[in-house]
Amino acid sequence: MRALRRLLDNLHPLFAKGGRLESLYAVYEMVDTLFFSPADRTRLAPHVRDGVDLKRVMTAVVFAAMPAAVFGIWNVGFQANTAIQALSLAGPEDWRGLVLTVLNVSYNPGSMWDNMWYGMVYFLPIYAVTLAAGGFWEVVFAAVRNHEVNEGFLVTSLLFALILPPAIPLWQVALGISFGVVLGKEVFGGTGKNFLNPALTGRAFLFFAYPAQISGDAVWTAVDGFSGATPLAVGASGGMAAIASSDVSWMDAFVGVVQGDLGSTSAMLCILGGLILIFFRIASWRIILGVFLGMVATSLLFNFFGTNYTPMAGMPWYWHLVVGGFAFGMMFMATDPVSASMSNTGRWIYGALIGALTIIIRVANPAFPEGIMLAILFANLVAPLIDYGVVKANISRRRRREGLA
Amino acid sequence: MSVDKRIVLDPLVDTNPITLQMLGICSALAVTTSLAASLLMCLALTGVLVASSASISLIRKQIPTNIRIIVQMTIIASLVIVVDQLLRAYAFDLSKRLSVFVGLIITNCIVMGRAEAYAMKNPVIPSMLDGLGNGLGYSLVLIVVAVIREFFGTGGLLGYQLLPKVTEGGWYYPNGLMMLAPSAFFIIGLMIWAFRTWKPAQVEKPEYRISHVHRTELS
Repeated sequence: MRALRRLLDNLHPLFAKGGRLESLYAVYEMVDTLFFSPADRTRLAPHVRDGVDLKRVMTAVVFAAMPAAVFGIWNVGFQANTAIQALSLAGPEDWRGLVLTVLNVSYNPGSMWDNMWYGMVYFLPIYAVTLAAGGFWEVVFAAVRNHEVNEGFLVTSLLFALILPPAIPLWQVALGISFGVVLGKEVFGGTGKNFLNPALTGRAFLFFAYPAQISGDAVWTAVDGFSGATPLAVGASGGMAAIASSDVSWMDAFVGVVQGDLGSTSAMLCILGGLILIFFRIASWRIILGVFLGMVATSLLFNFFGTNYTPMAGMPWYWHLVVGGFAFGMMFMATDPVSASMSNTGRWIYGALIGALTIIIRVANPAFPEGIMLAILFANLVAPLIDYGVVKANISRRRRREGLA
Repeated sequence: MSVDKRIVLDPLVDTNPITLQMLGICSALAVTTSLAASLLMCLALTGVLVASSASISLIRKQIPTNIRIIVQMTIIASLVIVVDQLLRAYAFDLSKRLSVFVGLIITNCIVMGRAEAYAMKNPVIPSMLDGLGNGLGYSLVLIVVAVIREFFGTGGLLGYQLLPKVTEGGWYYPNGLMMLAPSAFFIIGLMIWAFRTWKPAQVEKPEYRISHVHRTELS
């Protein structure tokens, strides 16, 4: 550690004001505060609460997303190897297959080792491209605006990688994260000033720009020549009867052994991650509960009144919870403290709006089987309005109490 | 009679009707999926704008102030109907693609805006040039947006395929977002960003500033 400190101190003049690499100061600062706490901490009375800063908050989110991510990597391999074995298909024929051959990995779905490696050769390139492309924009904007590189990007990049289908082309990953970071965040002033969730903005861009590579049945399993619908898509086309006749049980969907995005199939581990976030007081339990209750109430409404309306209308709430990206969105995306409502009452409304909208889109809109992404982005847009209304209501209530109005 | 060149040149960038005055956005979103349709729209709007500015300026002293909007609307609407009929006669297929948007030139804020702001107060020749300049400013934005949208959305321009599409054995994945209206918002937004970086005089005063209290490196 001391050697590292000395190295950084020796490099400092190079990046400081007047140094040759002054424009890259943001990069220096990023590396420095990653290893050491910054020199100018808040010292005066009303601000000191604990040792947590933005970087530690973001690390906690990454930590909370880890279980779902690791499981997701295994699941990519497991789904692919199952398909390969069942249909006696070939493994990947590009460089991924080469890596797997060099590592002497076979395609056995029963082997944890094989599945993890298979998932790795799909997840790691996506994640690396996300970090490289998004990180590039972060550094560019930090250097131009002369501020620090924000740690929020660590979270954005991981969450973005986890909500993509495993077989997505890498150039689309780069395009998506660039759109998310630049137009979803940086044009509004950077971390803390973005009113949209950057990861979801990037995914929404890909969803509308290249629907063939991010929706449909062929993209969820990383094997050529195999197409398998997600439980959500099965439900959208055939309702609960179709899900019952497919071999996916509720437990499968809950644990996450189903087709789906890289890291969001496991409702169980997403909920575990959400509990970690609540424990660290990063995520608001009001938002999470709001999303959950909004989802339950809306799906019960559809269950009662509109069973024949569309195939999805008969899906009970405990299925809605486990299929698609609902659990992941509820725990990691809706709770993004920057783009969510800030007032406690507002958080309930904001959460309930997301839950209700998700079900409405899933059930009533035949074009989009999944609704949580669009629901959260929409709620992001109205979050400031919700807060405004809450504050106004509070003011008028207090005026009435004081007899002023 | 010397006419100031700036009447025509200013609306191209400095006082561009779309990127600075934020007028005429509706048609800029709607027709820019194809360059051919956009060119026709630009032609139609510029024609209407020049003619309406000229005729309104011609009778500006006769128009009673309290019914001037009605008179302007009547003139503009008649001109739009003429243009619409012309397009149907000579470019039927394209005019079908433009559908209601030719008719909606009547409500295009640029036309009314120039009539109110300029033609009512100035002689005929400057008014025509002002109309021409604003029409060209509108066209500039529309053409840039349409080129970007058609090129990335279909891989071609004016119907010619420039990049071979994946579905036809090539390598280009058409960007479906470019065929949807939001992409025009993004492109116009980025253009405004570029214009304001180029011409900082266009930047509005911020309503408030967040005061900076934390700086890692104290200088």
